[in-house]
Amino acid sequence: MKLKKRRKGILSRLLRALFFRKVTAKIGIYGPPNAGKTTLANRIIHTFVDENEDIGVSTEVPHETRRAVRKEGVLIDLKSQSVQNPYLNVSPDSNVTSTTEQKPREGKSKLKLDIVDTPGLATKIDFHDFMAFGLEEKEAKKRAKEATEGVIEAIKWLDDIDGVLLLMDATEDPYTQTNIVIIGNLEARSIPVIVVANKMDLAEAAPQRIADAFPQHTVIPISALKGENMGELYKEMARRFR
Amino acid sequence: MEIKMDLISEDKINSMSSTEKLRFILDGVKSGNIVILEGGLTSEEQMQLIELTMTEVSDDFPGIEISGYQAKRSFFNLRKKSRLTVIGPAKVMRTIKKDKDLISAVVSAV
Repeated sequence: MKLKKRRKGILSRLLRALFFRKVTAKIGIYGPPNAGKTTLANRIIHTFVDENEDIGVSTEVPHETRRAVRKEGVLIDLKSQSVQNPYLNVSPDSNVTSTTEQKPREGKSKLKLDIVDTPGLATKIDFHDFMAFGLEEKEAKKRAKEATEGVIEAIKWLDDIDGVLLLMDATEDPYTQTNIVIIGNLEARSIPVIVVANKMDLAEAAPQRIADAFPQHTVIPISALKGENMGELYKEMARRFR
Repeated sequence: MEIKMDLISEDKINSMSSTEKLRFILDGVKSGNIVILEGGLTSEEQMQLIELTMTEVSDDFPGIEISGYQAKRSFFNLRKKSRLTVIGPAKVMRTIKKDKDLISAVVSAV
């Protein structure tokens, strides 16, 4: 029954892709808490929409984003000045640009997307973790409850998403069950995915570990915070999500 | 404090529907047991288990720790065959090292 449902999902996705091509694809930013999802979403909005507009607030407290936020009609323009800025396109670790060893094809330079910043996926949410960041017990429990709802919302969004930027913290071990489960689900649903190795600006970052853990996927190392190697990511997005 | 481990055979798991399977696992884990599944769960089932777990998180039950091997492809690379999966209460189980063929976890009594 479930297999039938999944086959139906893949078939309808194929039919939609062939005959009912969407004008605007919905791209979900997924990943574990504190991987930098909102920082990346803000970076994309600052680059292509308005440098003073934020999609959400990013802090060091996990589960800061507890509701999915969608920004509609973001025009990714590869020829815009902020993308062409050489400083933003420098890749200090050129060995890990792509695991598939294929250069992204230069397609059309513009692509319109809806960007969905999702809450971090986790298998456990302990209110004590929030108290460690100075929250009162009552507030910590409220936040934990909202965070569980956020995880469910992020999972439900997978039914309505056309492509995924899967963010991983390049300073952390990528071999977590959460990462494996997300990738397995995206593969089962035939949803295009780009693995983004974030925080490459930190000395302990090792994007190659991510590339080794998921050799079947393209891995783009970036620093969403510093804006490093974003041009490479935008090029890959234009290639995969068109 | 004693910690119980349930090692569930693939036959037993396959005899259950998806909902029964997830309920069976979560009930075991909420009772404080470590549940080890021969044959494992598919990634879709694991995602459903995370979703179900989130609906039951409380002050006393912060969630689960789950570890499993990445699925292997079979049948001319068309079907993914899942392998062993270990699930335990997050309060007592913690994965300390994991790669494609090794899972190291510590279990500590509360």
